[in-house]
Amino acid sequence: MDFSFSPDEEKFRQEVHDFVAREVPPGLETGVGGFVESEDEWQFARGMTQKLAAKGWLSMAWPKEYGGQDAHMKSVILNEEMNYLGAPGLDFGGVGMLAPALMAHGTEEQKKRFLPGIASGDVLWCQGWSEPGAGSDLPSLTTRAVEDGDDFVINGQKVWTSHAQHANWCFLLVKTDPDAEPKHRGISFLLVDFKAPGITISPLITMADERAFSEVFYDNVRVPKENLVGEKNRGWRVAMTAAGFERSGIYRIALARRNVDRLIQYAKEPQPDGRVPAKDPLVRQNLADLYVEGEISRILAYRVAWQQAQGLQPEWEASMARLFGCEFQQHVAHTGMEIMGLYGLLRENSKWANTECKMARQSLLAVGATIAAGTSEVQRNAIAMRGLGLPRG
Amino acid sequence: MDLGFSEEQEMLRKTARDFLETECPTSLVKEMAEDEQGYTSELWGKMAELGWMGLALPEEHDGMGMSFLDLAVLLEEMGRACLPGPFFSTVVLGGLTILEAGNEEQKKEFLPKIAAGEAILTMALTEPSASYDPASITVKAVPDKDDYVISGTKLFVENAHIADYLICVTRTKDGAGKGEDGITLFLVDGKSPGITTTLLKTIAGDKQCEITFDNVRVPQKNMLGERDKGWPVVAKILQKATVAKCAEMIGGAQAALDMSVAYAKERIQFGRPIGSFQAIQHHCANMVTDVDGSRFITYQAAWKVSEGLPAVMEVSMAKAWVSEAYRRVTQLGHQIHGGIGFCMDHDMPLYFKRAKAAEPTFGSADWHREIVARELGL
Repeated sequence: MDFSFSPDEEKFRQEVHDFVAREVPPGLETGVGGFVESEDEWQFARGMTQKLAAKGWLSMAWPKEYGGQDAHMKSVILNEEMNYLGAPGLDFGGVGMLAPALMAHGTEEQKKRFLPGIASGDVLWCQGWSEPGAGSDLPSLTTRAVEDGDDFVINGQKVWTSHAQHANWCFLLVKTDPDAEPKHRGISFLLVDFKAPGITISPLITMADERAFSEVFYDNVRVPKENLVGEKNRGWRVAMTAAGFERSGIYRIALARRNVDRLIQYAKEPQPDGRVPAKDPLVRQNLADLYVEGEISRILAYRVAWQQAQGLQPEWEASMARLFGCEFQQHVAHTGMEIMGLYGLLRENSKWANTECKMARQSLLAVGATIAAGTSEVQRNAIAMRGLGLPRG
Repeated sequence: MDLGFSEEQEMLRKTARDFLETECPTSLVKEMAEDEQGYTSELWGKMAELGWMGLALPEEHDGMGMSFLDLAVLLEEMGRACLPGPFFSTVVLGGLTILEAGNEEQKKEFLPKIAAGEAILTMALTEPSASYDPASITVKAVPDKDDYVISGTKLFVENAHIADYLICVTRTKDGAGKGEDGITLFLVDGKSPGITTTLLKTIAGDKQCEITFDNVRVPQKNMLGERDKGWPVVAKILQKATVAKCAEMIGGAQAALDMSVAYAKERIQFGRPIGSFQAIQHHCANMVTDVDGSRFITYQAAWKVSEGLPAVMEVSMAKAWVSEAYRRVTQLGHQIHGGIGFCMDHDMPLYFKRAKAAEPTFGSADWHREIVARELGL
C-alpha cells in the first residue's frame, strides 16, 4: 500500500496549479462541474478548454492509440485541482463520455470524424438523455426516431441538456423500438448536428440561478443513418460505456473540500461582534468532521482512478465515490450555513457578504448534488445489486 | 499510489481468516466472554506457533520482521473473528512499547518471550479519570534505594488479571509536573506483592481490570525509557494502538456487513428475499460505504505509521470516523436481521457490543475530532 502520489504526479499537480494561477483572472470561480454564469465567462471557459487541449491535458485519460496518455491518476489530479480552484475549461460530455463510447462502439469513420474535434476542444458536445418522463428510469424514454430513407427522423423532448445553447453537437438517446421489452433494448445512440432544422432550445434556470441546462425539443429533425453509434436498438450498451468512463465525482469533492478549507479560515477570524467561531467546541467538532469526510471522499474517488490505472473496470466503486461525495457536498453546505448563521443567508454580491465563503450559493447548488447524474437512491441500488449481489426487486 | 494489498498481505489475511474460522468459532468467543481467564492456552499456543505474536517484532528478537501495516491486516482478521484474549494488549501495548523504549537488555529479555507466546503483557495507563490525557496520570512512583515504589489505582486495564508483566505509566515528579513532564514507565511483574487486580464486568465480555498498587516495589532496572520522559513513548504507542484498534474494528464491521447481506439474500418475507426490497438494499449500501471508507482512512493511517511518517492527523481522522461508522454498521445490521439478531445466541450482538466497547477506547470520536481541529489550526 502507498497512499502518496509519485513525485511526477505531485509535480503535475503543481503544474496545474500554476497554469490556473497564470490563466484564470482572480474572482472568476465556477459552480459545480465547471459551470459558469455569463456569456463572457463562457467564452473564456472555451478558450481554457482549447489551452488544456494544447497542453495534451484535456484527453490525457484516453488510451494512447487515440492520442491520450492512459493517465488516469493524473487526470483525476487535473480534475481535482481545476475544480478546487474553481477554474473553468474541463469538458465532460465530449471528452469524458462520448469519446470513450466512440472508441468502444464507433465505426472507424466515426472515430476519424469526431474524435479530433473533441480532443482539440473545438467541438462542444451536449448530452441528450433525460426526459420529463425518464429520469432515474432512463430506459422509459420516449423520444422517437423513425427510419426514413437514409435518415432517422426524430420527434420528442429532452430535458437537463447541459450547455445546449452553446453546443455544436448532441449525443442523443432515442427510441427506435417502442414495443421492445425490456425497454432498454429499443434504444439507439445517435449523433445529432445541433444546426439541424427542427431543434428548439428552451433554457432551464435552476434554483441556484445556474443557466447551463435546457429543455430541447425535436420536431422532425433528420439525422443521417451514418450517425448511428453501435447497432440500432443496442444503444444502451453504448450509453453505459459513455456513463462509465470517469465517474468518481472528484469534481464535487474538490469543490466541497475548497468550501471546507474556506470555512476553516472563516472560523479562525473574529466576527463583527469579536467572537471567534473556532473557539466554540461545536464548531471545532463540525469542521473536523467535514475535514475527515473530505479525506475519505478523496480516497474513494482515487480508488476509481487507481482501479482504472490498473486496467480494472470500476463499477459500484464509482457509485460509492459519488454517493459519498455528493452527501459530503451537502453536509458541507448545511454545516457551513449553520456556522455562518445570518451571514450565511447573504448572496455573494451583497453588502456584508463574506467574499470567500459563498455558502448561500453552495447550499442551493448542493440540493442538486444527490440528484444529478444518478440520484443517491440509484447509486445505492447499484452498490447493493452490483456490489453486494442483492436480488433485483 | 497503491490502494491494494500486497500478495504477502493477502496471503496473511487468508491464512488468518481460515485459521480463525476453524480455531476461533463464535461459540468459543461467547464462552470466553463468560470465562474468567478470557482465553484458552490451546488457541494462544497455536497462534504463537504461527508466529503472530512476533509478527511485527524484529527477527533478531525472534520476531518475523514484518511491518506495522502487516500487523494491521492480521488485526483486521482478528476483529472479524472477535478473537478473545490478550493478543492486543501483549503485542501492541506490550511488545511495541518495549521495542520503542526498551534498552537492549530489556528487549533481549522480553521480546523473545512475547514472540514465543510465553509472556502476557498489558499497559496500565488509564485511571479512574478514564482519560488518555497525560495530566490524568497520578499513580506515583517514588525512588527508594535500588527500587521505585508504586502507589495508586489504575482502571480499564485490559487483561491485567492474567498479565505476567504490566507496563505501568507513573508520575515521578511532584508539583509543577502535571502534564507530559514527569511521567515514567515501569515494567512491573504482575505477581509483585502489593498488586490487587479486580476483574470488571463489561459490555463486550472483554477483561477490563482495576489494579491497585499498594507500595509495589519495582527494581530500577525495570524502568522503560528515561525517567520523567515517558509520555512521548506513550503518545507513540497510543497512536499505534489507536490504528490497531481501528483495524480490528473494520474487521468486525466487515463481518457484520457480510452476515447482514447473506441474511438479506436468504430471509423470505412477503414471498421474496428481503434483500430485494430497496429499503434493505439501501441499508446494505450504506453499510458497505461505511466499511470501505473506514478501511481506507484506517489503512492510510496504518501506512503512515508503518512508514514512520507523522500521522497525528491521520490516526485521529481514522478513529473519529471508524468509531461512529462501526456503530452505524452494527445498528443497520441489527435492523436487517430483525428479531433473530436480537437474540443472545445470534452473532450480531457480538459485533454490536464490540462496536460499543471500541467507541471510547483510545479516545472517542469527539476526542479525536478535537485533535483534528487542533491540527487544522482551529
